[in-house]
Amino acid sequence: MILTIAAKEIRALFNSPLAWLVLTVVQVILGYGFLKRLDDFLQIQPQLAQLASPPGVTELVAAPTFATAAAVLLFAVPLLAMRLIAEERRNQTMALLLSSPLSMTQIVIGKFAGLMGFLLLLVLITLALPLTLAANTSLDYGLLASLALALLLLAASFAAVSLYTSCLTAQPIAAALLAFGLLLAMLFMGETAGDSLRGRGWQVPAALAQVLSPLRNFEPLGKGMIDSWAIACPLLLTAAFLVLAVRRLDGRRLRG
Amino acid sequence: MTSPPAEPTLSAQNLVRSYGKHLAVDGISIEVRRGEVLGLLGPNGAGKTSTMQMLTGNLAPSGGTIRICGIDLLDDPVAAKARIGYLPETPPLYRELNVSEYLHYAARLRRVPRARCAAAVDRALARCGLGEVSRKLIGALSKGFQQRVGIAQAIVHEPELVILDEPTVGLDPNQILDIRALVRELGDNHSVMLSTHILSEVEAVCDRVQILHHGRAVFASSIAGLREFQRGRTVMLSLQRPPAVEVLRAMPGVAAADAEGDGRFRLRFAADADPTAEIVSRAGREDWGLRELAPAQTTLEEVFVQLTRNDPAAQARP
Repeated sequence: MILTIAAKEIRALFNSPLAWLVLTVVQVILGYGFLKRLDDFLQIQPQLAQLASPPGVTELVAAPTFATAAAVLLFAVPLLAMRLIAEERRNQTMALLLSSPLSMTQIVIGKFAGLMGFLLLLVLITLALPLTLAANTSLDYGLLASLALALLLLAASFAAVSLYTSCLTAQPIAAALLAFGLLLAMLFMGETAGDSLRGRGWQVPAALAQVLSPLRNFEPLGKGMIDSWAIACPLLLTAAFLVLAVRRLDGRRLRG
Repeated sequence: MTSPPAEPTLSAQNLVRSYGKHLAVDGISIEVRRGEVLGLLGPNGAGKTSTMQMLTGNLAPSGGTIRICGIDLLDDPVAAKARIGYLPETPPLYRELNVSEYLHYAARLRRVPRARCAAAVDRALARCGLGEVSRKLIGALSKGFQQRVGIAQAIVHEPELVILDEPTVGLDPNQILDIRALVRELGDNHSVMLSTHILSEVEAVCDRVQILHHGRAVFASSIAGLREFQRGRTVMLSLQRPPAVEVLRAMPGVAAADAEGDGRFRLRFAADADPTAEIVSRAGREDWGLRELAPAQTTLEEVFVQLTRNDPAAQARP
């Protein structure tokens, strides 16, 4: 059932120009950034060679590319997710799902899985850029895997937040703006509040701020540190917003 | 050994639904037996749509119980919903899919096994007369075809109960006849419940009728029973040389008489009285020039108006 809904969502995405546009724009932005950094890397390579343990091409070229992809996701995911529930409500097609033998959880997970299928594609095309270098140089595959995992986790948490805001309104654009605003607020909070809380020695609120701050957990993984807390935080955030989405939809059924 | 009486396909008891302080549905009980077509009739805002949304799990009732084939919809919604097909007021169509893709999706959502999906979709296409448009995008179809796709979606998984909310609204007369024929056909092997505010529709397709008003059931009967009850109760009388309407009104057994101009009168008979013979012989005796004496055609309409106007607000009106 979940797969049926997910497959339908992926097909709906590719039926609309939005998905193709996002893929194109992302590839152009990432491709440009990647080539620029590769160019810079080749110029400074002689100087790097004089260092005792010089940073490799994966660290200097691939890692920034993934960071750019993370920033792009902040804009792209709310746009890709906005229709998930909001459009069903606007077109009054929600009744098809609600009168089918499905639980609300299956509906939400199905929608989420469909979006993640598409985002996995985005992660893969990001990963493809540094992999083009594999023919001529040796890459740090451990770091690449860690970067890809970090990007995927980030995408999942962005997707869950955006799916939740899509349950709040019947206007897809409003859902996208809400998601964008909420994600930005969470980023700022994680950056500033997290630090000041930890500075005062309040460990629990600081940990909570970290859960709510997707980009903060991106950093350790982006450096190749497989930190289990940094993996757990985005997963917790994702689960929390999926539960909120289920509750929200159940609430709509109760209140009408 | 006799088998126990079959479980009704749908049995809803004392359904209540409130929106804030407003009671949209106030203690409605509905039963649909196997192979029966039930018409839910009522003016706009009577609670038809809310009732249907509750019966299909789209809206949580504030009170009452719903059993589909003996399965409680609130306790085991997944099992109960597998036995329902629902066409809401606005058909839930994805305009960007073609008809066949859409029906496949609907069939899969209703847990039709993958191997049997193609056959189920073909059957639904054939029954709803959609064979020619199966590859067309739903968004490109006319309203009548979209409505049929909506019905196909509701029957693709062969549910025991089909619930149709105003299936003929916004269609042209030919399309209405097609949809009615389809509903009648569905009634042969499914139980069907449909809502409408068109009275002739109920008479044309339903076995039983339930009339809602202000969230309450004000009338429930079989169509046959209704016709029996109404037979000869209201007649149209047409006279060439009519007497004053008071003369007709004063006749024994006549409860009411209204002149409709051009020598035509609408007579309502008192309960348990049949003054037809008396009218005919009097017309002959007093040379009224009897042209026509026939049962009035709009009997259900009268019941409807009587029942739905019979509320305190209407009575308070001068």
